Amino acid sequence: MSVLIYAENADGKFKKSIFEVVSYARAIADQNNTTLTAISIGDVSADELNKLAKYGADKILNVANAQLKNFVNQAYASIIAEAAKKESADVVILSNSFSGRGLAPRLGVKLDAGVVDGAVALPEQNGGNFTVKKTAFSGKAFATVQLTSANKVIALIPNSYRIVEVAKSAKVEDFSVDTKASDFKAMLKEIVRSADKVSLPDADIVVSGGRGLKGPENWGMIEELADLLGAATACSKPVSDAGWRPHSEHVGQTGIAVSPNLYIAIGISGAIQHLAGVSSSKVIVVINKDAEAPFFKVADYGIVGDAFEVVPKLITAIKEHKASA
Amino acid sequence: MKVLVCISNVPDTTTKITFTDNNTQFNTNGVQFILNPYDEIALARAIELTEGDGGTVTVINVGDVSTEATIRKALAIGATDAVRINAKPHDAWYVAYQIAQYVKANPFDLILTGRESIDYNGSKVAGMLGELLDLPSVSIIKKLDIDGDKATVEREIEGGKELLTIPLPFVAGAAEGVAEPKIPNMRGIMSARTKPLVVVEPVEVKTNSEIISYETPAPRGQVKLVAADDAAKLIELLHTEAKVI
Repeated sequence: MSVLIYAENADGKFKKSIFEVVSYARAIADQNNTTLTAISIGDVSADELNKLAKYGADKILNVANAQLKNFVNQAYASIIAEAAKKESADVVILSNSFSGRGLAPRLGVKLDAGVVDGAVALPEQNGGNFTVKKTAFSGKAFATVQLTSANKVIALIPNSYRIVEVAKSAKVEDFSVDTKASDFKAMLKEIVRSADKVSLPDADIVVSGGRGLKGPENWGMIEELADLLGAATACSKPVSDAGWRPHSEHVGQTGIAVSPNLYIAIGISGAIQHLAGVSSSKVIVVINKDAEAPFFKVADYGIVGDAFEVVPKLITAIKEHKASA
Repeated sequence: MKVLVCISNVPDTTTKITFTDNNTQFNTNGVQFILNPYDEIALARAIELTEGDGGTVTVINVGDVSTEATIRKALAIGATDAVRINAKPHDAWYVAYQIAQYVKANPFDLILTGRESIDYNGSKVAGMLGELLDLPSVSIIKKLDIDGDKATVEREIEGGKELLTIPLPFVAGAAEGVAEPKIPNMRGIMSARTKPLVVVEPVEVKTNSEIISYETPAPRGQVKLVAADDAAKLIELLHTEAKVI
């Protein structure tokens, strides 16, 4: 047996969430006294590939092929499944990213494997049982899932496993697979990346605004605060429903679930659906003028006050903090 | 165009989640079940896409008889007919396998699911269906337009989006942005009672996962309040105590 990870790149670079996946997979390989192979698909430099070794990959399979530079769900799934067979990998791990969630179920079928997505902790293995904890009910709970198949596919939620550096070096091998034409039916026309913005699903810090901000014209201070903290911006459902902010920023039960180190909620009362999406944040800060807002009950730090007075003060305080650091 | 929309019966978003039997069972006592909100988006788009072209929208659910209220809701919203595969939805693989068997016998031009169900948050059924039927699949789409036998979809990626063109048929999981959910009108509600709802028995298939226990997130300690005029104090706490900035 062995462990295989899919090292997804964004524009030729690996994100922190991928190093988390490598560290997580390294721990599973160590649990089972076996090796860890990483597969990268697309145009990734040798320097970047070697970073995978720094977090524990023993071997790196590199699929560098112009046709595969950009993500094609079906084709990528076929290649990763072939890599799993080549490496006799019985555990395949991906990031629970948008692409990872497209690949995991296809890999599950191809490899006859049980799939756990939304995984938040290392598997527990004893007496032949293999269980993984995952989020359930959109963050309101966790479920422990037992995988009864010989092969397993796990998609790990960003920010749920700590990066561990190990001094390793790995061999990079070119890997090629004969892909079939039917794997390329979906054609990429255009990629739009907002390079100046931190992406919400894997952000370390999130600054989120609610109806208390009264209108989209007041998001300037939210964006400024987010910029200063290197944070992603987010919002509550009423805000995206009203069209003040894009749907992709909606955090909550029917939006995106986040698990940053720090979640700052400004002018959000804390409806149960919103709380579900943020409950796995490490630290929650709530700023609300209503001391009775339910959000304070699940917050670590709070300020009862008007956002329009508090946020500018926070911005000043962070600037001073940065200047003195 | 014939569209299939896969629907789930899930606890209402306001449900407080609790467990019974030593945290091994979800406590459904007093829980209101609804049509999964993302499936509502998929259904709304399917109805829009077939309006005026004489097309049909079939909804399919894997569930026992208790899910029929939710299926009727989908019919009231505007689905043409419904199929219920008479089995408990054991896991995503089981559900996808059952639906794939049905689709092999009854082909569709487009298969939609919600991006995930709000109970187990899998977003697996679309991809598994794609693999089982050897069709392209896109797990989380924000826009869907059809032109003849081709679709243009917008897929969300971290910090951006991708535009894809895909020939029909394919499978996609709808998210916010694809359509606005539709509220059933009185005519829809009346006609839902008489629209066809076919019950199909499941085929046997081995499952490969089992939920063995649940837990709720650990409660946080008492909130530490900082005075509104002392924002600097909050920054200091976040830096020195919480160590997150």
